[in-house]
Amino acid sequence: MKLPRHRAVLGLLAGSGLLITACGSDTGGGVGSPSTNPGGAVAITCSSGSLTAAGSTAQQNAVAQWIKDYLNKCSAANINYGGGGSGQGVQQFTDGKIDFAGSDFPLAAGTEQQAADARCKTGPAVNIPMVGGPIAIGYNVPGVTKALNLSSSNLAKIFSGKITNWNDAAIAQDNPGTQLPSLGIQTFHRSDGSGTTYNFTNYLSNDAKADWAVGTNKNWAAPGGQGAKGSQGVAQGVKSTPGGIGYFELSFATQSQIPYAAVGNAEGKFVPLTQANAVNFLSKANVPGTGGDLKLQFDYATTDATAYPNLLVTYEIVCSKGNAPDKLPLLKNFLGYAASPAGQQELTGQGSIPLPDNLQNQVRQAVGSLG
Amino acid sequence: MTLASEASTVGSALIRARLSRWSIAAIAAGAIAATGILFATTPMQGQVGFLLVAAAVFVVAQTTVSAVVEGRRRAKDRLVTSLVVACSCAAVLPLVAVLGVTIIKGTVVLSGSFLTHTMRGVAEQDSNGGIYQAIIGTLEQVGLAALMAVPFGLLVAIYLVEYSSGRLGRVVSFFVDVMTGLPSIVAGLFIFALWILALGQSFSGFAGSIALTILMLPTVVRSAEEMLKIVPDSLREGSYALGIQKWVTVVRIVLPSTLAGIVTGVMLAIARVTGETAPLLVTVFGNPALNFNPFSGAQASLPLFVFGEAGLPNETAINRAWAAALVLILIVLFLNIFARILARFASVRS
Amino acid sequence: MDEPEPTTVSMAPPANAPETGGVHASSLVAQPPAPRMLPNGDLSRRARRRGDAIFRMLAQGSGALLLVIMAAIAVFLVLQAIPALKADTTSFLTTLGWAPDATPSSFGIASLAFGSVLTSLLALLISVPVAVGVALATSHYAPRWLARPLAYVVDLLAAVPSVVFGLWGLMYLVPIIIGPSSFLNHYLGFIPLFASNGTYGKSIFAASVVLAVMAIPIVAAISREVFIRTPQDQIEAAWAIGATKWEVIRTAVLPYGRSGVISGTVLGFGRAVGETIAVALVLSANYEISFHILEPGGNTIAANIANRYGEAAAVGRGALIASGLVLFIITLVVNFGARAIVGRSGRGGAS
Repeated sequence: MKLPRHRAVLGLLAGSGLLITACGSDTGGGVGSPSTNPGGAVAITCSSGSLTAAGSTAQQNAVAQWIKDYLNKCSAANINYGGGGSGQGVQQFTDGKIDFAGSDFPLAAGTEQQAADARCKTGPAVNIPMVGGPIAIGYNVPGVTKALNLSSSNLAKIFSGKITNWNDAAIAQDNPGTQLPSLGIQTFHRSDGSGTTYNFTNYLSNDAKADWAVGTNKNWAAPGGQGAKGSQGVAQGVKSTPGGIGYFELSFATQSQIPYAAVGNAEGKFVPLTQANAVNFLSKANVPGTGGDLKLQFDYATTDATAYPNLLVTYEIVCSKGNAPDKLPLLKNFLGYAASPAGQQELTGQGSIPLPDNLQNQVRQAVGSLG
Repeated sequence: MTLASEASTVGSALIRARLSRWSIAAIAAGAIAATGILFATTPMQGQVGFLLVAAAVFVVAQTTVSAVVEGRRRAKDRLVTSLVVACSCAAVLPLVAVLGVTIIKGTVVLSGSFLTHTMRGVAEQDSNGGIYQAIIGTLEQVGLAALMAVPFGLLVAIYLVEYSSGRLGRVVSFFVDVMTGLPSIVAGLFIFALWILALGQSFSGFAGSIALTILMLPTVVRSAEEMLKIVPDSLREGSYALGIQKWVTVVRIVLPSTLAGIVTGVMLAIARVTGETAPLLVTVFGNPALNFNPFSGAQASLPLFVFGEAGLPNETAINRAWAAALVLILIVLFLNIFARILARFASVRS
Repeated sequence: MDEPEPTTVSMAPPANAPETGGVHASSLVAQPPAPRMLPNGDLSRRARRRGDAIFRMLAQGSGALLLVIMAAIAVFLVLQAIPALKADTTSFLTTLGWAPDATPSSFGIASLAFGSVLTSLLALLISVPVAVGVALATSHYAPRWLARPLAYVVDLLAAVPSVVFGLWGLMYLVPIIIGPSSFLNHYLGFIPLFASNGTYGKSIFAASVVLAVMAIPIVAAISREVFIRTPQDQIEAAWAIGATKWEVIRTAVLPYGRSGVISGTVLGFGRAVGETIAVALVLSANYEISFHILEPGGNTIAANIANRYGEAAAVGRGALIASGLVLFIITLVVNFGARAIVGRSGRGGAS
């Protein structure tokens, strides 16, 4: 009695295994949303092979869109971009486990750059900016319908716990005609290390030097407030807490329908967050590097009232020379598409912003000279 | 109570008055009414709070009445029964909450197409795409981990219960306990450093399986050890008396006699590692495309997929995350049922 | 003890009484595991000895291999931690705060270790009584038609991935817990434990509840399996002298299952103290030592690894590994303590 029963059970197991392995297909199925630029296919040059990359989660949506466009045209290729964070991406790149890393920071001069160069053997590792990401200051103040103006100094005071109520005179002064409630401010920040925190605190340390004491840091260092993991967590906290305020990539504000502020620039003028304003700020950035390295220095001192100063840029960190011959064509073609006008245009639908034209040309050149 | 009256309670336990169902119902009604008054007159509010307070009032009232009518021993008995019921509710409540949320959110995009397609060439804001690659990845990774951890863990447990007497046994037993506290991410980092960096292997499903094996081991060993320990010695002695070798006794008599318990432990371990995310991040890597081969190249996995999608700013991605979580729970449920059926067939039954 | 206790019950026969074995022994005779035995004497004896020796070696080897793995993990942790610990310019044991990649590097384990121990202990405080209650319900109280589904349902809790627990905790539990938190603070706020700065939610308390829910199935499942196996003769002996159900449980079932409950608790502690993502999602991480369990704040070693690993540079990674080593040591100490206090009961549970 016993054995046949066992066999029946094993048979069932084997059968269901076969069934599971037989019925899948390695495609998305159905119809995805159409590409925003039907002409985009023109820019794609196919090559086969596979690429593995990892790092910044800020550009994850953008990269997924580029991969989709690329694979639609070139079905022989395989591209896998894992998140995990910039630091982890850079580490895995340095360890030689992935072909390029996405990072919200350029490689740090010193040991980090040296280790990455050593991995590339014949040429230095370079930072190629690819995606711009405006950072929204989202808030939840019941009764306020007009977008708030928040100066850099007020933001610094709010996020370090010196301004604690929404009807504070300093906020009211910048928002004439807006009825601010007497409501405690609850700040939310990232509890995990992140490029978003780095760039937001960088903006504060540049444009609100006097009021921001803790400097620029990937990890939140100011006292008080509530931490949350990931931009999703911060957005969720702000959304569910009356009086809440936090910073996250624009896409999270759009998704959760959280209103966001016009922030003050170095001169105290308020700049609303629009794509044009963010791209305009990027176009003023300085490129100090040489040899295909396009590390950016933001011009926080700009007085242009149409330049939104609170944003981050995600770099692709690649070997300028010494890429494996079987990877190189795909690497160049894929990044080439991403940097092409068509590829950059895809960014607008993702809560990201394209690079300004002057930078796009430099990026295309840098990608073209990879070896 | 004095000693003498206690003694009389013992003597009269069988003949003392018992509370009828009717009086229990009356106490319950009274408790609800009292709570209602309490909530009306004090600032207390909330449905959950009402239920909790009413339940507490009921338990206190019932115990008191029972103590007066039935005596202390029965009162205590009733109190414990109430507590056991309360504990069951307290344990089932979060599960219902978690499952409820997962089912409501997970069924939004769950469909046949979702189960049989992958994320290859799907942008995050697209509504198509699926988790086929992740289902295959998780089944292979957990399957391999179970293949390694279960025999290994059972052998360790057998060693601890049947063979060890000396210091080595105590040390092993102690370190099994210590192993339980290993943060899952550390297990992942360990395998990343050893297998992927030092030995130069690629990211692969198998690398994840090794990390999961490390996480499964203590649960398998500890639960199997407990189950083996309570197998009566008489069973073993009976077997030896028939001239059966020790190892045959262990494998054919001792193990089967407690198989259901061991299967419970193994399923607990499998359930736990099936939902592990952190160690897979650095070993399996994740992959939007299908990779059948667990020994080479990045693979997808359900928990990784859930973790990745849940953090994205797209409603479509978040829906996919919940659906994948639901599928993950269902897979573990089916494995659980399957394992129990298997255990029932295989165990020695009286 | 101020209540009547039937002495005969507490002097119950030792667990390995012949009764339960008898049943199995007869089934044994019915289906002897004969195929392994060879018919002729000398050869068979040698073969048998070899079979036993091989099996013994396998079992012992597995035990040794487990130690080797643990040693390898310990060595890995130490090797990776040393450079970071050398770079730390402040005391690793007492510093509050975590800035390993800053110049000068400064990080300390104090607040993290405190948070890990506090959340895990609170979680056990909540989960062990509940889990033992459920285990009793499924093994002795509930009718059969209810017991099995209840057991399934609780086992299913173990199957919920930790990310889902985290998301559930963040999106549903935290908003719900604000009410009871402010209630506790309002009425019991004079106790420092329940003091608060006026905000509630992403607190140690919320994290402990999530961890408790995650630990319940482990403690409950293992307790249930040992409770079920309480020898029937002991239970019947207790019934026979007129014990109430609770007295049966207390004198026969609980002593028998004690070792199993402890094992389950140890595993539950391990799960709670090592949980990363669920805690990282729920806690509002900070680096202070505070007993105000209702206030947002607190952090654990494992959650800190999850939060910081993605963006850590070389020293940061080493620092996180060093914190993992501390967690390792905490688990070691807790287990050691548990054994010292309780003493391991031997084979048979009730001893």
